Amino acid sequence: MCLAIPGRVLSIDNVDDVLMAEVDFGTVRKKVCMMYIPDVLVGEYVIVHVGFAIQRLDEESALETLADFRKLGILKDELGDGFTLAARQAGIDQGTGR
Amino acid sequence: MKYLDEFSNPDLAKNLLDQIHSATTQSWALMEVCGGQTHSIIRHGIDQLLPEGLEMIHGPGCPVCVTPLEIIDKALAIAALDNVIFCSFGDMLRVPGSRQDLFMIKSCGGDVRVVYSPLDALNIARQNPDKEVVFFGIGFETTAPANAMTVYQAKRLGIKNFSMLVSHVLVPPAMAAIMESPTCRVQGFLAAGHVCSVMGTSEYPPLAQRYRVPIVVTGFEPLDILEGIRRTVIQLEEGRHELENAYPRAVQAEGNIPAMTMLREVFEVTDRTWRGIGMIPQSGWKLSNQYLDLDAEQRFDVADIHTDESTLCRSGEVLQGLIKPHECAAFGKECTPRKPLGATMVSSEGACAAYYAYRRLDVVDAR
Repeated sequence: MCLAIPGRVLSIDNVDDVLMAEVDFGTVRKKVCMMYIPDVLVGEYVIVHVGFAIQRLDEESALETLADFRKLGILKDELGDGFTLAARQAGIDQGTGR
Repeated sequence: MKYLDEFSNPDLAKNLLDQIHSATTQSWALMEVCGGQTHSIIRHGIDQLLPEGLEMIHGPGCPVCVTPLEIIDKALAIAALDNVIFCSFGDMLRVPGSRQDLFMIKSCGGDVRVVYSPLDALNIARQNPDKEVVFFGIGFETTAPANAMTVYQAKRLGIKNFSMLVSHVLVPPAMAAIMESPTCRVQGFLAAGHVCSVMGTSEYPPLAQRYRVPIVVTGFEPLDILEGIRRTVIQLEEGRHELENAYPRAVQAEGNIPAMTMLREVFEVTDRTWRGIGMIPQSGWKLSNQYLDLDAEQRFDVADIHTDESTLCRSGEVLQGLIKPHECAAFGKECTPRKPLGATMVSSEGACAAYYAYRRLDVVDAR
């Protein structure tokens, strides 16, 4: 839960005075809050934790880490649907309860 | 070295391991603080590639695991209320409370929702003005800026039907508590990389000096962990005890200043009980007085909670590095990821879950 995933900033918007970016993680894109890296530029790489960019990262490191995380299934765990993951771990189908 | 070919760069991994082997002349016990690092170590068999006598002790850095039972029970009580939409990170769904977990609350009709970001919970509150929307704000320093910004925005935008159940924990006081323990065996720390991405490294040199223990800021990928171990061992062998940053690509000494400014605005330091470990002074954050109107513990009547922890579960000893997961008699028997007795068997960062996923066949053989 303390893992931050690298992603590339595709676009930046101001939503209710909050800087929000579209960030590409290779397999998925997410809306990410940029208030903690307010001078970020489109095309830069950042590391993202629970929808917030917390630091910049150089492109080479970002791409290496992303490839590693994808191979290890970490991207699915961190960016996938939490209910589906929990249900799979519990050995039950989503929505059917137990 | 059966796992070496699984590293992204096997040559570099072998080189780092060779350096660790040649540097190590005696037994050392190192603690990786973060549960994400524990998973990486067990998954890649890093501990089995190290010289004999160089032991990795798994630390308490699993936020889901150390969130106090009382807070879990409060979350369950709030989530079961009719007019509440309870939002959480997915990791918390199956953490056992005294009698239930959030998954069971949902299957009994509670409106429990998993969100990716706490800001998603704020949007749910705006879309559902007739409901009380509560976010379960747990985690270490890495997660706290997201929760702090969400509380700040809720207040700024005047979103009255949003509140947060806050139980944040802090890494440096936990490291100090580990070193103060009479049973402490830790001689060097791999510090948690992304915690330092937020907070910087200034809290660690005083710890390294006071406890005469090397602290090396370390990343999460297998090669990062080998580099963290290599640097810690070299310090120990040379009799040094300093802070080193082995993860400079994501950690700057000064941390993320806007994030730390927001943390100071929204939170204040408090004593915190860690599940399985006990109270650690000044080891948590709670909402500061000016944000108390957004505190779910104030908004809902949950003061009268009676907790009931499993008597079989030894997760507290696992979290303090006193035993390895498979040394608990319930491991893989009464306690599995499907029927967890403790949070360490549930979380993607829990040490018990890591051993169950990657080591249980070895453990069964050993028994």
